[in-house]
Amino acid sequence: MAASEHTVLQFTPSSASLSARVHPLVVFNICDCYVRRPDQAERVIGTLLGSISSDGTVEIRNSYAVPHNESSDQVALDIEYHHNMLVSHQKVNPKEVIVGWYSTGLGVTGGSALIHEFYSREVPNPVHLTVDTGFRNGQGIIKAYVSFNLSLGDRQLAAQFQEIPLDLRMIEAERVGFDILKTTMVDKLPNDLEGMEASMERLLALIDDVYKYVDNVVEGRVAPDNSIGRFISECVSSLPKLGPAAFDKLVNNSLQDNLLLLYLSSITRTQLVLAEKLNTAAQIL
Amino acid sequence: MANSAPRSFLQVAATEEVASPLRVVQIEGLVILKIIKHCKEFSPALVTGQLLGLDVGSVLEVTNCFPFPIREEDEENEAEGANYQLDMMKCLREVNVDNNTVGWYQSTLLGSFQTQELIETFMNYQENIRRCVCIIYDPSRSSQGVLALKALKLSDSFMDLYRSNNFTGEKLREKNLSWVNIFEEIPIKVSNSALISAFMTELEADTPVTQCDYDRLQLSTNPFMERNMEFLIECMDDLSMEQQKFQFHYRSLSRQQAQQQAWLQKRRAENAARKAAGEEPLPEEDPSNPLFKPLPEPSRLDSFLITNQIANYCNQINGVAGQNFSRLYLMKALHEN
Repeated sequence: MAASEHTVLQFTPSSASLSARVHPLVVFNICDCYVRRPDQAERVIGTLLGSISSDGTVEIRNSYAVPHNESSDQVALDIEYHHNMLVSHQKVNPKEVIVGWYSTGLGVTGGSALIHEFYSREVPNPVHLTVDTGFRNGQGIIKAYVSFNLSLGDRQLAAQFQEIPLDLRMIEAERVGFDILKTTMVDKLPNDLEGMEASMERLLALIDDVYKYVDNVVEGRVAPDNSIGRFISECVSSLPKLGPAAFDKLVNNSLQDNLLLLYLSSITRTQLVLAEKLNTAAQIL
Repeated sequence: MANSAPRSFLQVAATEEVASPLRVVQIEGLVILKIIKHCKEFSPALVTGQLLGLDVGSVLEVTNCFPFPIREEDEENEAEGANYQLDMMKCLREVNVDNNTVGWYQSTLLGSFQTQELIETFMNYQENIRRCVCIIYDPSRSSQGVLALKALKLSDSFMDLYRSNNFTGEKLREKNLSWVNIFEEIPIKVSNSALISAFMTELEADTPVTQCDYDRLQLSTNPFMERNMEFLIECMDDLSMEQQKFQFHYRSLSRQQAQQQAWLQKRRAENAARKAAGEEPLPEEDPSNPLFKPLPEPSRLDSFLITNQIANYCNQINGVAGQNFSRLYLMKALHEN
């Protein structure tokens, strides 16, 4: 990557080990903006907000679309809009700064260099995120790039976009639940116990899988894999060793605690009903 | 006060004519993620934001939202806040986001959201938007794998009462309004565009276990329960204070009535004496007498709100205890195996 010919031809800045993390909200936001794009526009462009952590990872946490006009070889970005929106966003969360920009479509296109140059003036070394909303290869590909300038002495020759590793941070989406985010319509949010049931079912299925695998290995139908075996034994040994008496005591204590809490809350409710009756009904003196 | 009653009546008539009741709030996944991000980043501070969307028949679609900066009690800032709101709406309209306010969202701590402030905000919104909802998100519960999202609105009968500011026991009985009827919870539907659904299917991690499952199977909920109980106890104290207020009121009311009776008897005896003497009897009513001044009845709003909160805590305790039971039995079963 570094210039092989001495002194003249070189890439700036030198390639650093960068990676980017994208939060699901950004993907959602970009998709939403794409769905709502103006009639004639083929793609949407927008600003990415986030922070850069100490190890050089770019955290992309928020985004907003910026209106633009695109003709055959020109791109005009609404810079005023971009600044207004930035000011508004910073009012809410001053910690989020510009980290780059996004565009829908597959890969880097000709106009990208111009926009990238604009963003390099806002922030050093911006990240360019592309989201293929057209599913052109039958896949929704999300890629992140940084740009390197190829210059000959002082003259700039070209810009090279280099892909950087991208980590899709789906933990937040997981917290909400994929079931809700994946389908186009969910009628009802799962409540406490339903969620619990789903989790338990999944756990049960996993345990079943492990059982099946172990049985298969024992009976010689599947070639044993040492690393899996190690994981399983680690998992089993992570259960704390407790005598049956101690364990029973633990469980029963917790059960009793919970029962007590339930009892208390039932009493409170009864009390509320009583209090209300007394308050609103029995005042004819 | 005098002109507010007919106006509210008019408003009620207008709403009844046009709109069918709000049945479902349909939220986009994007909005949920935005709300969660905002509320979580600032937790435990409480934050608010505005919901944008469309009002379609009995469904209220929430298609976007934006956060409000944390407010400071300052007049200058208030104007700035309004400006911010306008700017944001203008900007969002330019990228074709529905710029129609349908309500607001706010974060809460352990579900202690039923406050007078909430009701005031609601009434403010209601002035301008016929149908609005408040979405409440509880970041403290999300660490247990629960999506604690609620859509609320005030019930119509409660709003009428609030407008006339009449929270006496008599009125409440007349309207048959109890604390359960203050807030109406509206079922939430979640919708996603086909594009997002495609992306999520594409990007979904292969792992069969999600963060949500880990959170749900976490055994230690004691801190949560403890704080819940603390809040509950505080509320009970408040409630008993309110009850004492009423008791005091009743006591003074009965004292007043006794005094009135005594006065009346005295007057009657006097009148009988006057009659015997052939004089005009004195009137039995004397409005200038301080004894006949009606005692103002304390508002029941506070006690209603506190009751609501307590009920909420009880529900939460029940829910979490239920989860705990299943977890404990699961653990037991696992251990026995």
